[in-house]
Amino acid sequence: MNRYRRHTFALELSMIAIALVVGFPVYVLVNLAVRPASDTSSPISPTTSPTLHNFTQAWQQGALGGALGNSVLVTACSVFVVLAVSSLAAYPLARVTARWSRGTFLAFLLGLVLPFQLASLPLYQTMRDLGLLGTPWALVLFYSGLQVPFTVFLYVGFLRALPRDFEDAALIDGCTPLQGFRYVVLPMLKPITVTALVLNTVAVWNDFFTPLLYLSGSAQQTMPVAIAGFVGQYVTDWNLIFAALVISILPVLLVYFLLQRSIINGFAGGLRG
Amino acid sequence: MPKVRRARTTPPWWFALPAMLLFAFVVLVPSARGVYYAFTDWDGLDPGFSFVGLDNFSAMFRDADAVQAIWHTLLIAVAITVVQNALGLLLALGVNSAIKSRNVLRVFLFAPAVITPIVTAYLWRNLLGPDGAVNSLFGVVGLGGWRQDWLGSPQVALWSVIGVIVWQYAGYSMVIFLAGLQSVPKEIHEAAAIDGAGPVRRFWSVTRPLLAPALTINLMLSIIGGIKLFDQVYALTGGGPGHATDTLSTLIYKDAFTLGEFGYSIALAVVLTVIVAVASTGQYLVLSRNERATS
Repeated sequence: MNRYRRHTFALELSMIAIALVVGFPVYVLVNLAVRPASDTSSPISPTTSPTLHNFTQAWQQGALGGALGNSVLVTACSVFVVLAVSSLAAYPLARVTARWSRGTFLAFLLGLVLPFQLASLPLYQTMRDLGLLGTPWALVLFYSGLQVPFTVFLYVGFLRALPRDFEDAALIDGCTPLQGFRYVVLPMLKPITVTALVLNTVAVWNDFFTPLLYLSGSAQQTMPVAIAGFVGQYVTDWNLIFAALVISILPVLLVYFLLQRSIINGFAGGLRG
Repeated sequence: MPKVRRARTTPPWWFALPAMLLFAFVVLVPSARGVYYAFTDWDGLDPGFSFVGLDNFSAMFRDADAVQAIWHTLLIAVAITVVQNALGLLLALGVNSAIKSRNVLRVFLFAPAVITPIVTAYLWRNLLGPDGAVNSLFGVVGLGGWRQDWLGSPQVALWSVIGVIVWQYAGYSMVIFLAGLQSVPKEIHEAAAIDGAGPVRRFWSVTRPLLAPALTINLMLSIIGGIKLFDQVYALTGGGPGHATDTLSTLIYKDAFTLGEFGYSIALAVVLTVIVAVASTGQYLVLSRNERATS
């Protein structure tokens, strides 16, 4: 039934046309980022004398290297903590039917609904009292808790569909529960761990509101806040701003195109979880 | 000895402890404090504050900006949900067909969804400006009459914000619908085709019921994402012109961090919480009934 007919060709052409419309902003982005400030022609006509000057200038003046480092640090630490504590917690929550287990799971479900705006202001005060404001550790701590409910939810759903036989066998053979988790359960969780890794990484990397609150006024910025600061500083110098935007997008797109299969499956994977 | 066996194979409760502590510290306790502060005149700094009952909430319903922001929030959530999912489904059907470019298109159309929202929003702020690329493009293709100040005009700005979000996330909906479409066994389609069902009939009677789980996830994501929307509004319009694109989230931020009215800001966050809770439970109830009815 999947033969290539004339209407398939028409469909192919219209889909490509849609993709071109979707890609149009990216064309303009690159086109203006390589354009010298003296060139004032229409933003959609191709730049005649492209230059990389905007990129070097944006990189130096925006302190984007430091921001990139902070983003990598915050994302790596938070995602690692979230995956570790959530997979560990999901194990008893998926296997034990006692009241404490169901109650804890319900509390996590409640966390899925609570918008972080509610917690972020009182937590701002706590972070200030702890002296964490303005440091990346405030963010690591915040995401480590914020992303737990969703991640536990993914793991519990996946674990419930897995048979218990392997864990039982390992424990009867003399494994401690922690060894059983580490060497038997965790390897079986790999598919959902990929999903959780992808979704958490994207969520933490892209978040803007939290670092805007907790890092405001500090020299330590993550990429999204550094970009916002850059735009605030070079208000109308769009060629320079666009170069900064390209610099911030580049690592993300690079990872995306390299790992596109796992990433897209990761996003679609919540469906099976 | 089934009893001994069960006792040995049950993972201990303290496995859940680290996750629970982090969750309680970051989400549960501050949220509970937030709900309490909503009934006070807390200014975020002063440890001394007093209980003011429902004053923050009654002030909110007298505050035209707040009422307007609530409407904007709801309008954005509904518009994004409808448009993004309709487009996402059409794209998924297109990519799920026999076309040769389907794999490339899938990767390409999803790409905007992984880019930082604040970055795409700044990009669009330039594109949608009076001399931006969108107006230039309309000029070139002979639709000069469509040119306008997309973010500067109060009537159009909110729809421009919605358009930017749909541009970014239609591919996300597509990927989830696509996973649903690919879970529909080919045999059922072939059987229906042999029984004389046309493409539309096959979609409605075979594909649509099996798409229910994908639809549930997509609706949930777009409704809740729309209600909490902050980054794009902050970067595109800052809530302006005037208050024409303010949402609950932007107002929460402004009231707390530019006006110092933490108590009032948190009362707005409580309203946001109630809206999210009502929307997600309502949707869960309706859709789980539908899923049961169709499966």
